[in-house]
Amino acid sequence: MFHWLTNILHEISNWFYGLSHITQFSILSFIKIAVLIVVVLTMVAYAVLVERKVSAFIQDRVGPNRAAIPWIAAIPVLGPFLVRLGIFQPLADGVKFLLKEDFTPNHVRKVYFWLAPMIAMVPALLTFAVIPFGSNLNGERMVLADLNVGILYTFGIVSLGVYGIVLAGYASNSKYPFLGGIRSSAQMISYEIAMGMSVIPVFLLVGNLNLSQVIGYQSGSLLDWLVFKQPLSFLIFIIAAFAETNRLPFDLPESETELVAGYHTEYSSMKFALFFLGEYANMIAASAMMVTLFLGGWTLPFGGLDHQATSIWMGLAHIGIFIGKIIFLMLIFIWVRWMLPRFRYDQLMDLGWRRFIPLSLVNILITAVVLWARAK
Amino acid sequence: MEDSQLAQYIPVLILGLVAIGFAAMTLGVSVLFGKLGKRSRIKDTAYECGMLPVGEGNTRLSVKFYLVAMLFILFDIEVVFLYPWAVVYKDMLTQNANAIFGSMLTFLGILFVGYIYALKKRAFDWKN
Repeated sequence: MFHWLTNILHEISNWFYGLSHITQFSILSFIKIAVLIVVVLTMVAYAVLVERKVSAFIQDRVGPNRAAIPWIAAIPVLGPFLVRLGIFQPLADGVKFLLKEDFTPNHVRKVYFWLAPMIAMVPALLTFAVIPFGSNLNGERMVLADLNVGILYTFGIVSLGVYGIVLAGYASNSKYPFLGGIRSSAQMISYEIAMGMSVIPVFLLVGNLNLSQVIGYQSGSLLDWLVFKQPLSFLIFIIAAFAETNRLPFDLPESETELVAGYHTEYSSMKFALFFLGEYANMIAASAMMVTLFLGGWTLPFGGLDHQATSIWMGLAHIGIFIGKIIFLMLIFIWVRWMLPRFRYDQLMDLGWRRFIPLSLVNILITAVVLWARAK
Repeated sequence: MEDSQLAQYIPVLILGLVAIGFAAMTLGVSVLFGKLGKRSRIKDTAYECGMLPVGEGNTRLSVKFYLVAMLFILFDIEVVFLYPWAVVYKDMLTQNANAIFGSMLTFLGILFVGYIYALKKRAFDWKN
């Protein structure tokens, strides 16, 4: 019955294996990228929903519970339940972003004003290139580019994120966005140093910058996870990640009470949405980095899940484990946001420059001395 | 082929193009479908909580921000120097433990002296 389907599949595989090696590699990469981007964007959309629901829960409210697709909402029991969960809210938000007036005020610097949202969005997605999000599926490795300079690539790309924000502030040619942009760039570059220093003990232990090797080091037992070997590193890294993604308690670039909305005050419609997407994609990327560096990546220390997958189901389980760990960290991001008050700017700079940098230097020194003493 | 250094970057290139394409496409679609509104002189003014804007958009800013930018360049480069050391540290310990340990101790020492200098010059002081 389905012989025409198998015929087509057969034709496709024939055509595929007839191609040159490099073309095959490119096509496979393209498929992986397409799936990755769709998954990340879906996660972003639902992270926003979860954020609203969790904040509602913390503040004893209901949260989004109205948006509905008529046919699905008409299903008995299930329909109203999904509507109450707000499942369709991200869809409604997305459509609204597309249909709103795309307004470019007259006083802005037009080219940069259009360029800034794109520059804020693109690096957030580029970070995912080196992160191993699974072991393998049918022999195909679940990482886009297994670069031997892994972590350096990530830090390089993360630094680019500053440009989008500072450019938005400059292009808006208006006071609040300008202040927001300047504050944000100073904050991000300050915490980047603390972030870069905090992970050096990790690489002292692993001895390789490749992120797959970092995961390999952590597989085996729970105590091999670097969060237990380097708790101080993890603490500094996660706090620096809050600052890098402009989240509360460090959301000074867009502190509503003083700067309206910070660097995206003058933005509307899809251009604003791109900043929003970029911010949440950055959060997911930061969570993915932490999972990879400190929480064992796609491995679990029991059930034989700590080595390369031998079947497709195991490969899928690995991807599921990785996404589960990311969701756990995202919930921490959201929880912290609704629990802590905002820092003052001098406190923020104080924490970054005068607490974290000496602390991570000492951490590097202690790790190095311990390794040296052991080698003796 | 996949193992050669340069071919590894093909997926990064594709991802970059797809990401740029996605951003450009969404902006384009919103221009196509977005509501067309009227322009007016008031709508075109910079947003300052409903008040008419006073003075220029780009105000002068504290010199502290430039200082942070310079310090960032100094310290970030030092951090980058630490990475190659971190990678070879474990291997070198088995062969020439004191040399690799001592050399890095010196580097971290110099870094720390620079840090103390900036601290004493009150470069990190944002209170006044």
